[in-house]
Amino acid sequence: MARAPHDYDDIPGTFVFDAERSRQGYGINMFCMSLMKDANRKAFKANEAEYLKKFNLTPEQTEAVLKRDYNRMLELGGNIYFTAKLGATDGHSFQHLAAVMTGASQQDYAAMMLAGGRSVEGNRSKSGKGKPAKSKSKSKSSAKRK
Amino acid sequence: MARIIAGVGSSHVPAIGAALDNGKTEEPYWKRVFSGFEKSKQWMADTKPDVAIVVYNDHASAFSVEMIPTFALGCAAEFPPADEGWGPRPVPVLKGHPRLAAHIAQSVILDEFDLTVVNKMEVDHGLTVPMNLLFGTPKQWPCPVIPLAVNVVMYPPPTGHRCYMLGKAIRKAVESYPEDLKVVIFGTGGLSHQISGPRAGLINSKWDKSFLDNLTKDPRKLTRIPHIDYMREAGAEGIEMVMWLIMRGALDDRVDEVYRFYTVPASNTAVGHIILENRRKAAPKSKPAGRTKQAAARKAAHRIASKG
Repeated sequence: MARAPHDYDDIPGTFVFDAERSRQGYGINMFCMSLMKDANRKAFKANEAEYLKKFNLTPEQTEAVLKRDYNRMLELGGNIYFTAKLGATDGHSFQHLAAVMTGASQQDYAAMMLAGGRSVEGNRSKSGKGKPAKSKSKSKSSAKRK
Repeated sequence: MARIIAGVGSSHVPAIGAALDNGKTEEPYWKRVFSGFEKSKQWMADTKPDVAIVVYNDHASAFSVEMIPTFALGCAAEFPPADEGWGPRPVPVLKGHPRLAAHIAQSVILDEFDLTVVNKMEVDHGLTVPMNLLFGTPKQWPCPVIPLAVNVVMYPPPTGHRCYMLGKAIRKAVESYPEDLKVVIFGTGGLSHQISGPRAGLINSKWDKSFLDNLTKDPRKLTRIPHIDYMREAGAEGIEMVMWLIMRGALDDRVDEVYRFYTVPASNTAVGHIILENRRKAAPKSKPAGRTKQAAARKAAHRIASKG
């Protein structure tokens, strides 16, 4: 069954971890949680596909994990605080993961953060209907910057 | 009686904890962050609270997806730091205040806030980082702590209004505790940040400044902000700013802002910090703290019930 539509689907570049995704992604998140234990990290690294079988993932979820497709994991119900544990298991810093999700190099991502981060201008709404929270300048821009 | 004398708002960025634990505090990047808390540590040392109530959120440490309580109050005698994947942070075990915590639980549940009582819980950077920022890195924490964990990981978190009203109920509970205790309440998390998806790295300083301004002057305005606005304007993870409204709700309507600090970035996040003091009064206030809409509604309900 397709996801029910929500107002926050309009926020660009964002997969809100809602109750529906929490249900859908239970296996992904429990898998990631298991990586808190060193013995499990080793077992996973020894045979990733075999280890994942314990968590009843869908084929799409399994593929996203094996390919380290972090955005797809979020879309299929993974939560960032959990998937970050997979990144740590691979020896990556959080900033590396953030860069991967945004499609930028880590260097460019780090530079963007130092320069004050990603601007909200042009990043509020996919449809362009989203208004700023305050009654100040209305953003009509629908430019989706990645 | 016990009373809440001040509120502290503070970000709880995990990288701040890592910088402390790995001796990076003198590096220019981190010095910029830590220098903003020097005055706050002095303020805290002068204030000497007897208890700190710390509103924070767990990040897949104590709670996984097996159990997601909206409000969970730590009533244990102690709270060890959680292993977040790199071993527990080298900070002292936090001592709880089980008697006051149990009193608060009993009072706010009867005030219709159905929180979860937690008698065994490890606490992660969400709680320990603000502790370090305000108390430094002592061998033992100078006061007991009552953790209040709020779900802001799974949407929907409680609304800002609900958080604000819970703050009021906590205040009422504290003020009905017989022992003379000075209590400081922390609201933690935020400010603007998004760490997930293609829009990660979002920061909105204009939003943050307005949030801090209204936190002091017009918190009721903040209680009307819908979740979509937090996520759109302050990032998917910026929604955790609702936790600051629990702290604010526990204070007087009018407060003195005694300190504020803001810097961008720490890791992926805008760091915000504020200290709000209740105004000292010559005589104890006569205004009943529990005169909230809820209490009024309950009384009204009671009147109706007694008519029937």
